[in-house]
Amino acid sequence: MSAQLQTLSAEETKQTTLRPDLLAIADLVKPGWRVLDLGCGDGALLEYLRDHKQVKGRGIELSESGVLACVRRGLSVRQGNLQEGLADYPDQSFDAVILSQTLPFLDNPAMILSEMLRVGRIAIVSFSNWGHWRCRLELLFTGRMPVAVDLPQQWYESPRRQPFTVTDFARFCRQIGVFIDQQIYLNRGARIRTGRFKNLLSTTAVFTLQKVHPR
Amino acid sequence: MTHDSVGAVSTQFFTFAEDEPFCLESGETLSPVRLAYETYGALNADRSNAILICHALSGSAHAAGHLDGDPTKPGWWEECIGPGKAFDTDRFFVICSNVIGSCYGSTGPASINPATGKPYGLNFPVVTIGDMVRAQVKLIDHLGIERLLCVAGGSMGGMQVLEWAARHPQRVRSAIPIATTAHHSPMLIAFSEVGRQAIYADPAWNRGDYYDKPQKPDAGLAVARMIGHITYLSEESMQMKFGRRLQGLEKYGYEFETEFEVESYLKYNGHKFTRRFDANSYLYITKAMDYFDLAQPTGSLAAAFANATHIKFLVISFTSDWLYPSYHSKELVSALTAVGADVTYLDVKSSWGHDAFLLEVDTMTHLVGSFLDRLVREEQVAPPIGYTPRSRLLATSPDTRLRTQLAETLA
Repeated sequence: MSAQLQTLSAEETKQTTLRPDLLAIADLVKPGWRVLDLGCGDGALLEYLRDHKQVKGRGIELSESGVLACVRRGLSVRQGNLQEGLADYPDQSFDAVILSQTLPFLDNPAMILSEMLRVGRIAIVSFSNWGHWRCRLELLFTGRMPVAVDLPQQWYESPRRQPFTVTDFARFCRQIGVFIDQQIYLNRGARIRTGRFKNLLSTTAVFTLQKVHPR
Repeated sequence: MTHDSVGAVSTQFFTFAEDEPFCLESGETLSPVRLAYETYGALNADRSNAILICHALSGSAHAAGHLDGDPTKPGWWEECIGPGKAFDTDRFFVICSNVIGSCYGSTGPASINPATGKPYGLNFPVVTIGDMVRAQVKLIDHLGIERLLCVAGGSMGGMQVLEWAARHPQRVRSAIPIATTAHHSPMLIAFSEVGRQAIYADPAWNRGDYYDKPQKPDAGLAVARMIGHITYLSEESMQMKFGRRLQGLEKYGYEFETEFEVESYLKYNGHKFTRRFDANSYLYITKAMDYFDLAQPTGSLAAAFANATHIKFLVISFTSDWLYPSYHSKELVSALTAVGADVTYLDVKSSWGHDAFLLEVDTMTHLVGSFLDRLVREEQVAPPIGYTPRSRLLATSPDTRLRTQLAETLA
């Protein structure tokens, strides 16, 4: 019986094509870690981490459809609003706290980042980069607000988001005393080596963050 | 799609505390104690697939199937318990027992007091949710079950679930408290008290001594039930169900008769209730709910769950439930998160009010079914002998009328 169920979930996993930034996040997670995924959506990442990295995962998701999808995948998920913070979670109760493609939608990024690093040893964030050259040219030549390459959403669509760039985020981290350790840059889903031009060439960035200086 | 039923079932009885009395939280004792219970499905080889269902205020042990083979007597949670349903009786051994203090076969105020040879009436000791659960522990011992795979229930059933998790954590692997609270709020106590006052005010109540009298305190009990019914609905569901429609009238009569549909509904259900429930049981059980406060004696809900961190929780509330509002469940989820327990939580969007826990069958089937699938996988629970897997049933065309009727018989 349980073997049968495992076969089923293995089959389901095969069908799962994880979003490239989620795959990049998954690569930053070590086997057996305790992971909290903020805004976990339909639970695709947590399921992948459970099945491939034996991760003990928990999720927080606002939408009913997301929570139901997570429960269907057999995940532990809690309906909740990130804007209310992570007050219920004890300090350092996770190895990693993940926030994927959600930062531009949050009212108080400083609060969320500091909460993530209170609850988790490290934070892993992924976000769309409005500093990409296409965005720059779009504003320059069309005079219209650029749409992020990996986040095709107009300025008037809900939920409202606040655009920022890789450079903005790096400066912000310095301001609030958070250190960026590992950095992965993607261009339309493909990992790129960027050298000095990461802000210009990447469409999405994935960072690990921590409170202490990385050695 | 027709739902499969567990088929013919019969209520069984377990009597204990014959030699040594059962000590209650109040300090009083009870001897003997009888519990009415039903079981559905079969135990697996290592007795690890047992699920205990806890009923609400006016529920009974008859949670599923056709009582004594009579298809007109379905269980109160018929749509969630059965082959292929949320609590899949093909895979799990499902138990439901009537709480002490009730009038459906377990020892209660209508039972004969062995000291006098007459019904207890108000001589029945006051019982608590904790007492109800400790009696269930005796039943589980009797059935030879070391640990329950799951304890589940809504409303007062949810309080019992929380009591199991907090006070008997080693006997439980998972818990599903639905539309419930960790402590009865002053508003809930107030509603209970108005119901009780309606019974006290009925001269036929006679301080609980009416069992051998021709007249029972039906008028008082009916009013108590009407108050209860209002609290189980929501303004939206009442608007949908009744609106301002008149019952069999073209225009207002300008008189004190039953005119609005909602009045007729309450009157009908209030009186129907008196045919199946005992007024004294209503007093005792509402009192038990009022005493329920899991955070006592420490004052902290997190402390209450300190030994329950291994239990997997599925907490469910409903957006329109104003009797046990979602923030009661969120408080619970916060405390469980703080102690590091594994909690899944959803505030299900519903307009049915508190009754939603009996009406939102598809969402419940989805949540509970998937949660139990996960437990089976993670806790490696073997099915009983002869099990063949099948896909889970979902009602494709929700028979709301049937569900409403079912909801009306319980809550």
